[in-house]
Amino acid sequence: MNFWFSEAQTPNVKLSIRVDRQLYSGKSEFQRIDVFESPEFGRFLTLDGYMMLTEKDEFIYHEMITHVPMAVHPNVKSVLVIGAGDGGVIRELTRYPEIDQIDMVEIDPLVVEVCKKYLPQTACCLDDPRLNIYYEDGVKFIRSCEDKYDLIIVDSTDPFGPGEGLFTKEFYGNCYKALREDGIMVNQHESPFYPEDSIACQRAHKRIVESFPISRVYQAHIPTYPSGHWLFGFASKKYHPLKDLKETRWNVRGLHCNYYTTTLHKGAFYLPAYVEELLKDVEQEY
Amino acid sequence: MEDQRRAPIYEALEKFRKMRIVPFDVPGHKRGRGNPELTELLGEKCVGLDVNSMKPLDNLCHPISVIRDAEELAANAFGAAHAFLMVGGTTSAVQSMILSVAKRGDKIILPRNVHRSVMGAMVLCGAVPVYVNPECDKRLGIPLGMSVQQVKKAILENPDAKAVFVNNPTYYGICSDLKAIVKLAHQHGMKCLVDEAHGTHFYFGDNLPISAMAAGADMAAVSMHKSGGSLTQSSFLLLGPDMPEGYVRQIINLTQTTSASYLLLSSLDISRRNLALRGKEAFGHVMEMAEYARKEINAIGGYYAYGKELCNGDSIYDFDCTKLSIHTLDVGLAGIEVYDLLRDEYDIQIEFGDLGNVLAYLSIGDRQRDLERLVSALSEVKRRFGGEKTGLMEQEYIDPVVAVSPQDAFYSEKESLPLKESSGRICSEFVMCYPPGIPILAPGEKITDEILDYIIYAKEKGCSMTGPEDPMIEHLNVLK
Repeated sequence: MNFWFSEAQTPNVKLSIRVDRQLYSGKSEFQRIDVFESPEFGRFLTLDGYMMLTEKDEFIYHEMITHVPMAVHPNVKSVLVIGAGDGGVIRELTRYPEIDQIDMVEIDPLVVEVCKKYLPQTACCLDDPRLNIYYEDGVKFIRSCEDKYDLIIVDSTDPFGPGEGLFTKEFYGNCYKALREDGIMVNQHESPFYPEDSIACQRAHKRIVESFPISRVYQAHIPTYPSGHWLFGFASKKYHPLKDLKETRWNVRGLHCNYYTTTLHKGAFYLPAYVEELLKDVEQEY
Repeated sequence: MEDQRRAPIYEALEKFRKMRIVPFDVPGHKRGRGNPELTELLGEKCVGLDVNSMKPLDNLCHPISVIRDAEELAANAFGAAHAFLMVGGTTSAVQSMILSVAKRGDKIILPRNVHRSVMGAMVLCGAVPVYVNPECDKRLGIPLGMSVQQVKKAILENPDAKAVFVNNPTYYGICSDLKAIVKLAHQHGMKCLVDEAHGTHFYFGDNLPISAMAAGADMAAVSMHKSGGSLTQSSFLLLGPDMPEGYVRQIINLTQTTSASYLLLSSLDISRRNLALRGKEAFGHVMEMAEYARKEINAIGGYYAYGKELCNGDSIYDFDCTKLSIHTLDVGLAGIEVYDLLRDEYDIQIEFGDLGNVLAYLSIGDRQRDLERLVSALSEVKRRFGGEKTGLMEQEYIDPVVAVSPQDAFYSEKESLPLKESSGRICSEFVMCYPPGIPILAPGEKITDEILDYIIYAKEKGCSMTGPEDPMIEHLNVLK
């Protein structure tokens, strides 16, 4: 049998993964949800045919979006996670005992249900007592929050479809308002490589720069995402991602990671020249 | 009852397309082959349907087959005696209403907050406006509907008037007591003409204000392309049972194109079918979205998204709950400032902003997630740009003084004067904020200091002003 999942990363480029079997296929109010099992990447989740995560490489994304801000902010008590229905970010956050409260806002309850059933590797901690799950549009949820969180993690899908509101200036502005005076927002920042993605990436950066006093971008290598080169945004009211990195403090925690180290943390903020330029283009206006 | 599932123009076009007729007629792009760049932009299917009137497709000027059928289906769907498909916008439908009932020197009773097209028709035919002073909501600074007593007074003072003209609703969603006004007009031998540019959905939804045809009006101009979903520039002109169809068609044909676009005509046909079959449900959903947005916007604080609570039984007889009108002065910003900020800062285009209000137009094409963005952006506008309510001009309605008829003023000998020196003179041109396109000054009206202050203030606030020959509006043309 010759059974392949293919995602058109651009109209002219395709990534294909051989599939053993399809574990789930369904349609929610918001999107089509599929889970496959593959020999190379283990199980993987797609939404509307776009790759969300694979068991093989999800650790990179989830470690990088969580531990980078956690190694900078000295005292994270309450966290808001937007999106993240697969539970990967929650799994990483629950490793920090000092966090009292995690609010997770996911628009689609079916994603959570499906992940709990078919992707226990990421959904393992969705029953943590510190976690409250709200099933609503993150854009709406955050509107009424003020001075409430130390950290906001925006684990969004792409800037089209149900997640597009999470790439808007009004959303980033509302995040600013929802954060405490020394709060940090980290967001999934798309890829700088293919032209369509890089425009989305640039627009997101422009809007964040306009909303936060400190706004830096860092990178990771994620094999199953378009081009494999992926960015994250680090936006902050007070702490600088490098100058305020508390390396020893994080290392004595003894958290074992497969991708993140505090050394890599520093390196991740040094970007290729063309990416620096792409970002600078929209910074200069401010 | 005729079958509203049919769409005769659409069906004829489909049939025509399959016949693969060789075109040796206009339009010269010949199904797009002669203009590949345009075809690339609009798509082959679209340019392939841009064809000329011909036997199988009927002719809008003198319809006898598929357009005639489409008109009858539309009349039936709207509860009218006859319906004309219009391709020159609702402007041309409104003008046809005026031209059908009035000629040189005839009076028409109307509220001041009419669309410019009404005044334009008066310039064309020489009719004279008799204004009913619309009441103005002091807090919101918006013109309301006409009170029945005021209409009665105007009718008694001008028993020779030919018609009463009513907005149903206004741009802001406010309705007069249309049924009572129609009755009053008919008792005095006058026609009742209704501008329903913003009221297409009244014919199809539940819990919406009464429509012109249901109220017994004689003519109504219905902007199908606004809430009805057809293409921009397409519209319906509806007739009540006492209007002569043949004469009205002659009037329409005075100014309407003889090359009506089949893209527009088919869009009217398909949209009529859609609303007749699914309109009730679709507008029910629009109303729910508007109610939700009102609740969320009012929860932000400062903004006032108003609704049915405004109704006072007279000048606000009813309110169109699909309209999302928001008063902004209490967050310290003029409506036009909020309008600009939403576009420039948040990539959100709304319908219009005046001095104290903005209007977001909701329709059958809106999505919940976009509403969330609008509400969030309004909350951000308040947080980032809001302030104390200070120094904003509140009153917006200025009583016009009609010195000569619009036509006489428009065609008189005139001179250009700097704005500030024009006070006391008679204006020969229009001045208006667009949108909403309601005249501040119309030809034949006296220019006052109050009006000049308003023009200067509106310009300062960034309102887009149109009408005068001088695009910068530093000079006005006045009668010599």
